[in-house]
Amino acid sequence: MSGTSEPRQAIGIDLGTTHCAMARVDRRNPDAASEILSIPQLVAAGSIEARPLLPSFLYLPPEAEGAQPLPWDAERTFVVGHYARTRAVEAPGRVVSSAKSWLCHPSLDRRAGILPLGAPEDVEKVSAVEASYRYLEHLCEAYDQRHGDDPRSGPMAEQDVILTVPASFDAAARELTVEAALAAGIERLTLLEEPQAALYAWLEAQGERWRQQLHPGDLILVVDVGGGTSDFSAIAVSDEQGSLRLDRVAVGDHILLGGDNMDLAVAHHVRQSLGAAGNELDAWQLSALTHASRAAKERLLGEPAGRPVPIVVPRRGSKLVGGALRAELRREEVSSLILDGFFPEVPASARPAMRPRTGLTTIGLTYASDPAITKHLAAFLARQREASSPATGGKKGRSAALLHPTALLFNGGVLSSPLVRERLVATINGWLGADGAPAVRVLGGVDYDLAVARGAALFGRVRTGRGIRIRGGTARAYYVGIESSMPAVPGVEPPISAMCVAPFGMEEGTDAELPPHELAVVVGEPVRFRFLGSTVRRSDAPGAMIERIDPAEIEELAPIEVTLPAEGRSEGDLVPVRLSSSVTPVGTLLLEAVPLAPRKPDERWKLELNVRGGT
Amino acid sequence: MVWLVSEPKLPFLTRIWFCLVCLLRVLCDGAFAARVWTVRAAAPALPANPAKPAAETKPAKRAEQERESRRAAEPVAPLQLLGLLQREGRLVDFLQQDIASFDDAEVGAAARVVHEGCRRVLGTHAELEPVRHEQEDSRVEVAPGFDPSEVKLTGNVTGKPPYRGVLRHRGWRVRRLTLPEALPGHDFHVIAPAEVEL
Repeated sequence: MSGTSEPRQAIGIDLGTTHCAMARVDRRNPDAASEILSIPQLVAAGSIEARPLLPSFLYLPPEAEGAQPLPWDAERTFVVGHYARTRAVEAPGRVVSSAKSWLCHPSLDRRAGILPLGAPEDVEKVSAVEASYRYLEHLCEAYDQRHGDDPRSGPMAEQDVILTVPASFDAAARELTVEAALAAGIERLTLLEEPQAALYAWLEAQGERWRQQLHPGDLILVVDVGGGTSDFSAIAVSDEQGSLRLDRVAVGDHILLGGDNMDLAVAHHVRQSLGAAGNELDAWQLSALTHASRAAKERLLGEPAGRPVPIVVPRRGSKLVGGALRAELRREEVSSLILDGFFPEVPASARPAMRPRTGLTTIGLTYASDPAITKHLAAFLARQREASSPATGGKKGRSAALLHPTALLFNGGVLSSPLVRERLVATINGWLGADGAPAVRVLGGVDYDLAVARGAALFGRVRTGRGIRIRGGTARAYYVGIESSMPAVPGVEPPISAMCVAPFGMEEGTDAELPPHELAVVVGEPVRFRFLGSTVRRSDAPGAMIERIDPAEIEELAPIEVTLPAEGRSEGDLVPVRLSSSVTPVGTLLLEAVPLAPRKPDERWKLELNVRGGT
Repeated sequence: MVWLVSEPKLPFLTRIWFCLVCLLRVLCDGAFAARVWTVRAAAPALPANPAKPAAETKPAKRAEQERESRRAAEPVAPLQLLGLLQREGRLVDFLQQDIASFDDAEVGAAARVVHEGCRRVLGTHAELEPVRHEQEDSRVEVAPGFDPSEVKLTGNVTGKPPYRGVLRHRGWRVRRLTLPEALPGHDFHVIAPAEVEL
C-alpha cells in the first residue's frame, strides 16, 4: 500500500449466498457511473467465460481429475463459480454451497473444516470462512488479471473495497467476513449492509430526480429476497438544516429463506404429479426437473396471462427421443405455490410459525421454519414499530400496531417477478390501510441482481463526500450477561442481567467507554462472558443494566472470551476490569477489557467473539 | 529442434559400430526403439521411412502423436460450439438418434429440450440479426451494388439492378460470436464426456 495516493477505484463486492457480483466506480470523478465487472470463471471443463455473476459454489475435485486451470493459475486444485455449481448436481458430496449462511451459524465452529457436509473421506473439508475466502480470492485474481496492470487503477489490494453483508449479520459473522477478505488480500476494506447498498444503487439510477421522490418523513422499507436469504431494513428520510438526511433505523432477523426454496417447492410439486403417473426420478433427473421448473416458473411469473408451460425431463443416456417424462405447469399452480406459499396475504397480526425443537437434530443450517415471507415481514414491522429517525426523535402521535413505511425498495432475484412484487405491495398496503396509514410507493428502476454490488462501489465514492450518505451505525445494541450472585439451587440456572456494552447505532470509528463495573477476570485462563444483542432497544446507554431479559427483545449470541496474560500478576488472581467498545473503521465491533490498575501504559485485552460454536 | 545442428558430429568409424548396435537393439528392445523413434520423429531433416518395429510396439504413442497434430491443425471454435449445443441442448444426441420409429409427441418432447437449450446457447454466445428488416412476403427493392453474399436472387432472375421482388426470407447475420476462452491442454474433440456414476 503506497499510502501517499488515494485509491482511484472503489470496488463493490456483493458476496452473496448463491451468487457474487463485483462493480467499480471512479472515486475521483463525481459523474462517472458505476460499472459491473464481469468475472472470468470455469463454465465447463476447459472453458473460461466472463459472466456478471459468480455462483458461490466451491468444487473440491478428486485428485484423479487433475488440475482445474484458470488463465492465471494452471495448477489450481479447486473450482469456484459456474462449473462448480454444475458439479454440485453431479457430485454433491464434493461441492460447498451456501457458505455465507454457515458464517452466521451460532452453534458450530465456523473456522473448522466441516464443509461440504457428508463429504467422502478423501475430500479435504473447508470451513465457512475458507469457502468465503476462496470466492473473494477468485474475485481479486480476476480483477488483477484484467485491470491489475492498468496504470489508472492498479491491483485490487490498492483499491478501496466495499464488501456487503446482510444487515442482519451479527458482530461475529461480520468479523469472519473481514477475516476472509483479509486472507484474500483485500487491504482497504469496509463493510456495508446490503439493503443500504441497494438504496445507493437506486439513488444513482434516479440521478437528481431522487430529491423529488423522497421527502422528509418518508420511511423506506427495503425488502431483499435473494437466492438463499431474506433481509429487511427500514431507512428514514428526514430534514437536517434544509437538506435531506437518510438513517437506517431498523434491520430484521437473518432468515434463511429465498429463491432456491421456491424453485425446490415447484420442482417437488411437479415431481409429485410425475410420481402419480408411476415415474420415479433419480437425483440427476430431479436436478434437470428443478432447472426446467425454474425456467417455467420464471416465465409464468413474468407474464401475467401466461399459458401452461410444458416441462420435459429427458432421459439421461445418449438416446434423447423416447422415454422423456412430461408434465405441465399451469399459472394457477405456480401462483398457489409461490404467491400463496411464500407470499400469502396474511393480516398484519400474523407471525411465523415456530417449529418446536426436537431433542435430536442433525447438523445443518437453521432454515426458517415458516416459508411465508409476508409473515416474517409482518413480524419485522410490528417488532420495529418504534423505529424512527433520530432527527425526528421518535415523536409519534399514537402508538401504531406496526411500522409505517411510505416507500418500498425491492432487491434480490426473486423480486424480478412483477407478480411477486404486486403481491407484496398489496399485502403491505392492506396492513397499512387497516392501521390508518397511507399506501406505499414503489421505488423502481434498479437491477435486482446487481444493485448491491453497484451500490457498494458507489458507497466508496459517497464516503469521499460526494453524494448523500446513509447513516446507521451498528444495527444492534450489544450486551454482556452478568450472573447475579445468589445461593446455588440445583437445576436452576442463576438469572443473568444484561449490561449494555455497545449502544444501538454506534457509528464506525467511534468508541464507548463504560463506567467502571464490578467485573473481574481470572489471570491466565480463558474467561467467557455471555453475549447478547438487541435490534429493538435503541435507548440503552453504555453501562446500562437490564435486570430482566425479555427474550422477545434481547437474544443470546455466541459467547465472548478473554484470556489475560499473567504479565507480572500471579496466575489465578482476580483482576478488576472495565469494558470498552468501539466500532472499527472497517465496520466490526471491538470489545476490550481495560484493567482498573494497569501494570503498563495503555494495557488492554481484546475480547474475542466466539465463533467456535457451543457454549 | 536444433539439436542436429548444435550437437558435435561423431567420427565415421564410431558411426559404423553404433549403427550395428542400434540395429540390434531396435529389433530386440522395444523401449529403446520407442526412444529412437521419438528422436527421429522430432528431426524433420531426415527423410520419412516408417520403422515397423517401433510402430508395432507403441501403437498408443503413435495414436497420441496423431491426435496431437490433428488437435493443432483443427480450430477449436466449431468444436466448442458443438460441445455447447450438446451440453445445453443435447443437439448431438438428438441428431444422432434414428427418430423414425417415434411418434410426434415423443419427438416433440425431445425437441423442447433441444430448443430450450440451444436457444439459450445462441442467446448467450451469438448476436443475431436479420439481413433485411422488412416484413417477409412484402415487396422490396434490391439496389444496384448490392452484396451477393447478403441477398440471393431467385425466380426469374434477369436484367440489371435495381431489382423488385418479394422478400421470401429475411436472412440471418451473426453480428458477433463470443465463445468461451479455450484453455490449452483441454481436448475439445470430446464434446460430451462419458458419464460413469459411482
